[in-house]
Amino acid sequence: MSVTDTRTTSHVVGRVEDVPLGEGRAFVAGGVQVAVFRLRDGSLHATQAACPHAGGPLADGQTDADLLVCPLHLYTYRWTDGSSPSGGTGVRVYPVHEQDGVLVVEVC
Amino acid sequence: MTVLGGRPEGMTSLHFGLDDVDGVDPRQRLVVVGNGMAGARVVEEVLERGGGELFAITVFGEEPHGNYNRIMLSHVLAGEEHEDDIVLNSHDWYADNGVTLRAGVRVDRIDTHAKLVHAADGTTVPYDQLVIATGSRSFVPPMTGLHVAEDQLLPGVFGFRTIDDTRAMLAAAATHRQAVVVGGGLLGLEAARALQGHGLHVEVVHAGTHLMNQQLDLDGGAILRRSVESLGIAVHLATRTTEVVGPDRVRGVVLADGRTIDADLLVIAAGIRPVTEVALMSGLEVERGIVVDDQLRTDDPDVYAVGECAQHRGELYGLVAPVWEQARVLADVLTGTDPTAEYHGSRTATKLKVAGVDVATMGVNRPERDTDEFLVISEPRRGVHLSVVIRDDQLIGATLLGDTRKVAFLTQAFDRGTPLPEERIRLLVDLSDGAEEVGVAELPGESQVCNCNGVSKQAICDTVAGGCTSLGGVMDATRAGKGCGSCKSLVKQIVEWAADGDVLEDPTASWYVPGIPLAKPELTAAIRQQQLRSVSAVFAALAPGGQEDAKSKMGMTSLLRTIWGSEYEQENDAKFINDRVHANIQRDGTFSVVPQMKGGVTTPAQLRRIAEVAEKYEVPMVKVTGGQRIDLLGVRKEDLPAMWDDLGMASGYAYGKSFRTVKTCVGSEFCRFGLDDSTRLGIDLEERFQGIESPAKIKMAVVGCPRNCAEAYVKDVGVVAVGGGRWELYIGGAAGATVRKGDLLATVDSPAAVIELTGRFLQYYRENANWLERTYDFVPRVGLEKIKQVLLEDSEGIVLHLDEGMQRSIDAYTDPWGQDGKTPATPGQFRTALPLVDLPKVPVR
Repeated sequence: MSVTDTRTTSHVVGRVEDVPLGEGRAFVAGGVQVAVFRLRDGSLHATQAACPHAGGPLADGQTDADLLVCPLHLYTYRWTDGSSPSGGTGVRVYPVHEQDGVLVVEVC
Repeated sequence: MTVLGGRPEGMTSLHFGLDDVDGVDPRQRLVVVGNGMAGARVVEEVLERGGGELFAITVFGEEPHGNYNRIMLSHVLAGEEHEDDIVLNSHDWYADNGVTLRAGVRVDRIDTHAKLVHAADGTTVPYDQLVIATGSRSFVPPMTGLHVAEDQLLPGVFGFRTIDDTRAMLAAAATHRQAVVVGGGLLGLEAARALQGHGLHVEVVHAGTHLMNQQLDLDGGAILRRSVESLGIAVHLATRTTEVVGPDRVRGVVLADGRTIDADLLVIAAGIRPVTEVALMSGLEVERGIVVDDQLRTDDPDVYAVGECAQHRGELYGLVAPVWEQARVLADVLTGTDPTAEYHGSRTATKLKVAGVDVATMGVNRPERDTDEFLVISEPRRGVHLSVVIRDDQLIGATLLGDTRKVAFLTQAFDRGTPLPEERIRLLVDLSDGAEEVGVAELPGESQVCNCNGVSKQAICDTVAGGCTSLGGVMDATRAGKGCGSCKSLVKQIVEWAADGDVLEDPTASWYVPGIPLAKPELTAAIRQQQLRSVSAVFAALAPGGQEDAKSKMGMTSLLRTIWGSEYEQENDAKFINDRVHANIQRDGTFSVVPQMKGGVTTPAQLRRIAEVAEKYEVPMVKVTGGQRIDLLGVRKEDLPAMWDDLGMASGYAYGKSFRTVKTCVGSEFCRFGLDDSTRLGIDLEERFQGIESPAKIKMAVVGCPRNCAEAYVKDVGVVAVGGGRWELYIGGAAGATVRKGDLLATVDSPAAVIELTGRFLQYYRENANWLERTYDFVPRVGLEKIKQVLLEDSEGIVLHLDEGMQRSIDAYTDPWGQDGKTPATPGQFRTALPLVDLPKVPVR
């Protein structure tokens, strides 16, 4: 249920196999840098590319089914809504899906 | 503007309280005006008493942010804390607890007859019970030229009260050079010190006769002044700032005595005044603050006030501890947990650090009656000034400046009226007759342990009694130690004392990694038995629910490599970024490249190649490391493979939890004191153990005589030539955050014996140490005697096994630069992770 009226645009950023299983890779989607992750359960997630804490490269982070860990200071973020379990600023998450073998990211 | 403790941009959430659904909410409406530390604390205390069932709670906050720790703003200004780290309650917290937060909405007035809150945005909210916690604002003394319009300060002038003030000052500090701080109290001095840390020239103008005159007497203030001035901060006392020189922005100030000071930044920290407008507009009784009774009730029976805006028995409180006490009493009253709860005022004791100087004060700071005893120890040269005031054998005041070691005992004596030593000087100094300092056992229950979050010893003991016996658990439950952190060791001592013999070990503490509930020996056995060769296989087989855990992956990768050697199944996602790209990640997302330089010995050809590579790739900084190697810093990830190729050198493993380097001195080949060939042995050790992964990094050194020029006594493994072909082997040394001289494991008579024994020790450490446990913790934990028995006398019959295990890892070694440089291990292994950021951002030297 969203009360915002924002239009999103879809961008093909690469092929699914460009993101190795369990890792993240960064792309530019419509002028926005995003980090796309393919978890070992096959699910896809996308977040802003730079950590809100100190600008760390989130695509270089480690992941599990619930969390993304920034490599610089180990700040964590939830996949569900980008929030930080420690209560700090969260990351922005973007919808991402696979379509005919390519990765499609929606940014506003 | 970023909302502190806010939600990420673009996220919305709608909260439907029960009251939105056709008026069936049976709960009373509790409205809190003010979302600072007092207001939010009241809400927390109410919720803790089951108030979520009793009340539909609405909180108004004038600032758009969540609730944050205002005490820590000076740390944010100093750059010691990130603003995200001072968030106490984020917007999410309010949503999660069903509290409606009206952030960024000011309240104009309260209609106490209709029981309606009128907000500045035109909305009204009805209440049954109302709490005013509007806090205070900076007092701005009258000065000509200070304002450009009503309520608008001249550009370059700042208050120091909110995160927005702090952000604005931080931004200004980056582009301005000369600051004047008006006010020489605690806040002014903290602002001065923080701004000076940003490189500004700072002068403090203080109307009082001495600094911190609220807390210190004249002599103490004079000593503090010397300490502050020795930091390079100029201090002007007993004069006011009468005029601000403009007109477009701050150019300087004029003092009452006619002097002028140039300044392009002016900070007003001349004290605070309670914010009482809402109460005044609402017809409540206001003197200096909003007048409340012992139940924090105003003259309207359903309206309460707490915190800095409240005036109780004629007192206003500006410290956090009394505010916490008030919040607890008010929550007891509101929720009916204790309808007779009363607040009787606080005896304020405070301990803080101002401009780098420790200060603790309590009660009065000078004698008031002829019969009062007054003891002063003053050491101006050391910046120490200590005094106590005693009346009728009771401590009624103490001031400690520059040395606060006795604060625990004095606080106890002040709070509890405990008997004082006959020799009064013992109150201030420890006379060396073996008398013990007061331990945690003797601390009274009420004594405050954590000043930031107002946690008493009793609260910690109660939490332990409630079944929470790990330090982390107690800290999470009470928030003790979660402010500035300076009390953490005291919290730990109290938890240990309170848990007594009944310590329920934190189960995760014995696990090798947090995500798998097994200690290292059991985990290793299970991995071998089930033939688990990849990290994902380990999670699937051994983790609860087969769930992987991000923070366990790096430790698991290390363990599997130790167990399986070349038979380990590599999974790049289980590695930390450093191990994925064989370089050390830097603050801007670039990497550092350290080629192997065995024993710290290099050649002109190597240096030439390094120089050429550094120029070709425009390396921002080339630095000689502490480990006798050369570090190329600020390298883009995508340049790594080509650089390795051009260097033609092996990786120095400066990024891994692994064997790093062997430092050497020039030994007998060159040094006129050298007893043996330390350089050769260092090179041989590095050759043999290069790249060996381990629970934590391993640093070594070999020196050719006990003069110890390469610091072998403070290495994980240190080797010292003692003459006659003999070598001493030290283990468990450290010279980082911990400094420890290594323990002598053995004296052996050949380089080959050094290499053999080193390998055995390393393998024993690899198989038995916890993840990230350095040898300086491991050796004392296991015990030197035990290690000697196992390694030298083979008391457990495992020496052969250790030798084989080490040999397997040595055989599995491949240079990672040579390995991944040509063909990436995974697609895009070396692609940039910040495609729109122009790296490096680190400065180029």
